[in-house]
Amino acid sequence: MTSLPIEPLPTPKPSTETRWSGLLTTGRSDRTYRRILTAIALGLPLMIVVMLSVLVTGAWPALKRFGPSFVWSSTWDPIADIYGAAPMIFGTLASSFLALLIAVPLALSVAIFLTEFSPRWLRQPVAFVVELLAAIPSVVYGTWGIFVLIPFLRGHVVPPLKALLGWTPFLQGVFYGNSLLAGGIILAIMIVPYIAAVSREVLLAVPASQREAALAMGATRWEAVRSAVLPYGRAGLIGAIILGLGRALGETMAVTMLIGNRHDISLSVLQPAYTMAAAIANEFSEATTSLYLSALFEVGLILFVLTVAVNAIARVLIWRVARGAAVGSRAL
Amino acid sequence: MTGQSLRRHIMSRAMTALVVLFSFLAVLALILILGNLIIKGASSIDWAFFTRSPVAAGQTGGGVANAIVGSVLIVSLAALIGVPIGVGAGMYLAEYGSGRLGFLVRFIADVLNGTPSIVIGIVGWTFIVKPTGRFSALAGSVALAMLMIPMIARTTEEMVRLVPNSLREAALALGYARWRTSLKIVARTALGGIVTGCLVGIARIAGETAPLLFTALGNLNFTTNLSQPMQTLSLQIYVYATGPYDEWHRLAWASALVLMGLVLIISLVARWVTRQRYGSVR
Repeated sequence: MTSLPIEPLPTPKPSTETRWSGLLTTGRSDRTYRRILTAIALGLPLMIVVMLSVLVTGAWPALKRFGPSFVWSSTWDPIADIYGAAPMIFGTLASSFLALLIAVPLALSVAIFLTEFSPRWLRQPVAFVVELLAAIPSVVYGTWGIFVLIPFLRGHVVPPLKALLGWTPFLQGVFYGNSLLAGGIILAIMIVPYIAAVSREVLLAVPASQREAALAMGATRWEAVRSAVLPYGRAGLIGAIILGLGRALGETMAVTMLIGNRHDISLSVLQPAYTMAAAIANEFSEATTSLYLSALFEVGLILFVLTVAVNAIARVLIWRVARGAAVGSRAL
Repeated sequence: MTGQSLRRHIMSRAMTALVVLFSFLAVLALILILGNLIIKGASSIDWAFFTRSPVAAGQTGGGVANAIVGSVLIVSLAALIGVPIGVGAGMYLAEYGSGRLGFLVRFIADVLNGTPSIVIGIVGWTFIVKPTGRFSALAGSVALAMLMIPMIARTTEEMVRLVPNSLREAALALGYARWRTSLKIVARTALGGIVTGCLVGIARIAGETAPLLFTALGNLNFTTNLSQPMQTLSLQIYVYATGPYDEWHRLAWASALVLMGLVLIISLVARWVTRQRYGSVR
């Protein structure tokens, strides 16, 4: 299977067919119990349907008024009541990919280190520290970014970077602080624990015989990892990375505080940008006209559909490797 | 050793070193953030910080008593709504979730876990703020509850699944009805794990800001009225950190340290609860 089947999905199975099969007959109270639990569980599908319908209803005026051009128009003018989300969509994608670029090597290294290279006594502490990173609230990351990361970038990172690669289109203009670069770096730090936790579970699911076979063939330790372990878990690792991407796309507070919040498309990472989540956070309670509000609903709708799709793909990939375990939720 | 073999071993060593270096960088990030929080936050915390409400912009002094109380109220109410639903859904997944519906619910819970919290804020605004015509703590709690339900459902399921089937069979053999077995034997055995899952969920929503921006909104005055706008620590940090005054920045660091401390304490208690129960299993 190379394509991504949405239906039918691989069912993660518990040990028995249903936990209760073959165990006694059911009485009325048992049926009631089951019905109550089922009703509660149905709340989750209901929730996703309600969210979608709230967003579509709210976005309807904007959808009707601007049509598909909303996605590629870059005019965002509340005074003229004309809205286009291109700069935010660009900023969301650009900051997320920048974050992945930085986070993936770090997170995969943590996962490989913990499963393959680490001495036993170091595993628990490192895993714990990485889990703690996931527990830090977004707004605290933002605060740290404003007062520590940005001054550090301004003083020690951007000048040498500009001296070295200043001729590329990615490093044009003056660096004031709040920028795509700052937003991307903070996002990277934030998604490392998610990618690392899921990747670790994926690598733990790789059978020891894979490594042993490679080592027995005379492979070095790194060759065993590269040629036996990583290919075996590839689908799951890609899933982990996509899961991180999903987090990055929807992350709000830290990015709002660092990215500069300017409706502009610039290739330079030193310039301010905007993301969809940041636009909603900044402008939602200040939307003065109903069309303005509706446009923000549409931004929310695009963000919601995008993250649901990204997460669904990630889950399918991860489930295929680590059958049905609530991978990643434990990292929180 | 031949030249090629030597090269392969050097390569192996180099890549191992790179992996170790990158792992160290990831760990370093946490140390830097926590270190800064403690150094800059601790120096700003005094008694007034916990007991007083904010003073007018530009003045010095004042505290975040209103935000601390607001955080506790909003998060408690969210837990009151979210925990029963989340645990119930998790019990369903563990006990009856092997069919098609179980699969669907599990999948949706995982997808919802990755939904941007700001979008959930929009939903909370539409259902409570818009009809009632005002921002309220209640709307914030509902939004946070929606955020925690899928998380708790999945951790509950995972914990309940760890209960060995033999326990269930023993209870049934003794003549217990299924629902009693499920509640009294299975759920009780997994209780430590379920509590841990709930605490982790609470720790996560305690730090959330985005869904509260246009539901609870924030409030510079002390209030315990759930139908009024209310301040939380996270909202307070956002306002203070992005504001122009040095005094605000000082308070932002202090509030961030307090919030981080709260989240850490809840997380550590959560770990401790599971260790008691599952120390030998996991």
